[in-house]
Amino acid sequence: MTSTSAAQGPTQRPSRSRRKGRLPKALRNMNIVLGGLLIAVLVSVAIFAPHLTPMDPQQQDLWGRHEAPRGLWVNGALNTEYVLGGDELGRDVLSRIIMGTRVSLLVGLIATGLSLVFGVLFGAIAGYVGGRVDDVIMRVMDILLAMPGILLAIAIVAALGANIVNAMLAIAVVRIPTMARLVRSEVLALRESEYVEAARALGASHVRIVFLHILRNAWAPALVLSTLGMGTAIVAEASLSFLGLGTQPPDISWGRMLSVGREAIRSAPHVTLYPGVAITLTVLAFSLLGDGLRDLFDNRLKDRK
Amino acid sequence: MLKYVLNRVFGLLITLLGVSVIVFMLVHMSPGDPIRIMLGEQARPDDVERLNRLYGFDRPLPVQYVSWLGSALQGDLGTSIRQQAPVLTLIAERLPATIELAVAALLLAVIAGIPLGVLAAVYRNTPIDIASMFLSLVGVAAPNFWVGLLLLSTVAMSVTWIPVFGRGDPLLATFWTFVTSGNPAPLWDSLRHLLLPAVAVGTSIMALITRLTRSSLLEVLRLDFVRTATAKGVHNSTVISKHALRNALLPVVTIVGVQFGALLGGAIVTEVVFAWPGIGRLIVDSISQRDFPVVQGSILMLAAVFVLANLLVDLSYSLINPRIRYD
Repeated sequence: MTSTSAAQGPTQRPSRSRRKGRLPKALRNMNIVLGGLLIAVLVSVAIFAPHLTPMDPQQQDLWGRHEAPRGLWVNGALNTEYVLGGDELGRDVLSRIIMGTRVSLLVGLIATGLSLVFGVLFGAIAGYVGGRVDDVIMRVMDILLAMPGILLAIAIVAALGANIVNAMLAIAVVRIPTMARLVRSEVLALRESEYVEAARALGASHVRIVFLHILRNAWAPALVLSTLGMGTAIVAEASLSFLGLGTQPPDISWGRMLSVGREAIRSAPHVTLYPGVAITLTVLAFSLLGDGLRDLFDNRLKDRK
Repeated sequence: MLKYVLNRVFGLLITLLGVSVIVFMLVHMSPGDPIRIMLGEQARPDDVERLNRLYGFDRPLPVQYVSWLGSALQGDLGTSIRQQAPVLTLIAERLPATIELAVAALLLAVIAGIPLGVLAAVYRNTPIDIASMFLSLVGVAAPNFWVGLLLLSTVAMSVTWIPVFGRGDPLLATFWTFVTSGNPAPLWDSLRHLLLPAVAVGTSIMALITRLTRSSLLEVLRLDFVRTATAKGVHNSTVISKHALRNALLPVVTIVGVQFGALLGGAIVTEVVFAWPGIGRLIVDSISQRDFPVVQGSILMLAAVFVLANLLVDLSYSLINPRIRYD
C-alpha cells in the first residue's frame, strides 16, 4: 500500500518497522475490532460461566414454567430472576444460554482445530508429493465434498452414536476437505518457488521444507478459513443438537434449547428466540473477524507484490 | 466441450461410487440391530435370525455391499424395514418436496437479494445501504432452522392464512391444474404452505446475494464503459439496469450455483421445523428408527442430486459467460 512497503521483494520478511505497524493496521479494521471484541466477550462468558449465571441453570421450578421474560429492571430494582424467561421445566433461559456458550465455543474450537490439523496434513502431502498420492487424497476429499456437509455430519453421528464428542468429530471430518484443498493449492504454488529450491539444494529434508518453509508462508489463508469455519462449526453443532444428534441432556447447548423450545413455540416463543440470538451473534463475530483478517492479509500480500 | 462433459460425468460416477462405499460403511457401523429394534425386546431368536436372513444382514459386509450396489444400479434400493415399502418409492415421494423447497428458496433469494444489493450499491453509504448490509450480515449468520422457528412464532401466529406446518399438493401439479382448469385454490394452498419454509431456507443465500450484488455492482460502476454511457447522457437507471448490472451479475450467478448444495443441506434441517415431508425428514426419522436401507438409499440419492446439480452449474457457466471455454 505504502510506497516503502511496495519496494520490498517478494520473499523478503517484513522489516521490523512494518511488523510493528501491523497491529495498529489491524486495529483500524472495523471488522477485526468488532469481531474480536465480541469473541473476547464470548470467551470470557464461557470461561467464567458458572460465576455469571444469575440462577442455577439446571434448577427446575414448576412455578417458573414458560415464565415470560421479566427483563433486567423490575419495580425500580435490578432483577436477576428469569431475565430472559423460563423454559418448559422452569429453568432460567439466560443462565442456560450463558452455560451453553461453553459447548458452542468448545465444539467450534476442537472441530475447527482437528480439521485444521488434518486438512493441513492431507493438503500438504497431496500438494508436495503429487502424482498418485495427490490423486488418491484429493479423490477422497471430492467424495466427502459430494454430500451436503450437514448430511455427512448426520450420517457420521448416526454411525458413531449421538453424543457431543461424535458430533465434534463429524463436524471436523466435514470441514477437512475444504481445508485440504486450500492448503494443497497454496503448497502447489510455493513448491516450485526459488526459496524452496534453495532449501532443497542445501539438503533440507522434505518434512523440513514442507513444515518449516512452505506452510510458514501458507498459514494466512488457513487462519482465515479456520476463523470463518468456527461459525460454520457452531451452526453445525446447533443443527445436530437440534435434531437430537448432538448434545444430550443434562448437558446444555443452544441447539438443544431450540429443539426443546420448539414444542412450545406458540405459548413461549422466548425459549427459542434467545438461544438463536446467541448463535447468530457468535457466528457473526467469527465471520466479522474472518472477513477482517482476510482484508488484512490481502493487503499484506498486495504490499509484498 | 464433449470431451470435458464425458470426463466430468466419469468423475461423477467414480465420486458416487465412493459415496456409496462411505454411506454403506457408516450405516453398517451404526450401533443397534435394526431387526431387534423392529421386533422389540421380547423377540424370539429364530424370528430375529429369519428376518436377518430375509434382509440379507447375515452375510459378510462386502457381499452385502456388492449385492446392494448391484441392485441399486438396477433401480432397486431395497425395502424399508419399517414401512415395508420399496426405498425408491419412499424417496420418489419425498425428494420432489425437498427439491421444490430448495428451488423456491433459491428463487425467493434471487428475487429479494438482487434488488436489495442494487439499492445498497446505488445508495452507497446511506442509511439504506447500512440497513441492507446489516440485514445481510445477520442473514448469513442466523441458522436457517432458527429463522424458521422465528417465522413460526411471529408470522404464522399472527397471519391466519399461513399454515404452521405441512405441504400442499406438489406445486407443479397445482400449477398445471390452474393452467388447465383455471382453478386457483390448489395452487394457492401449495404456495401458502411453501412460503415460510422457503423464506427460512433462502435467508442466508439471499443475504449472500445481496452482499455480492452490492460489491460486484460497485466494482462495475467504476469501469470505463459505465462512465462512457453516463457521459453520453444515458439515464442513470438505464446505465445500471442495462449496462452495469448485466456484467455485475456474473459472480452472483456463480455463487448461486455453488450455494445450491448448501441450500439442500439447509433444507434438511428446516424440513424438521416445518414438518415438510421432504427427504431430510425421511433421513432423520429413518436414522432414529435404524431403517438402514432407507438411510443409505436416501443419502446416496441426495448426493447424486447434489453432484449432478454442481455439474449442471459448471456447464452452464459457458452459456452465461462466453469467455469460458471447455477445450
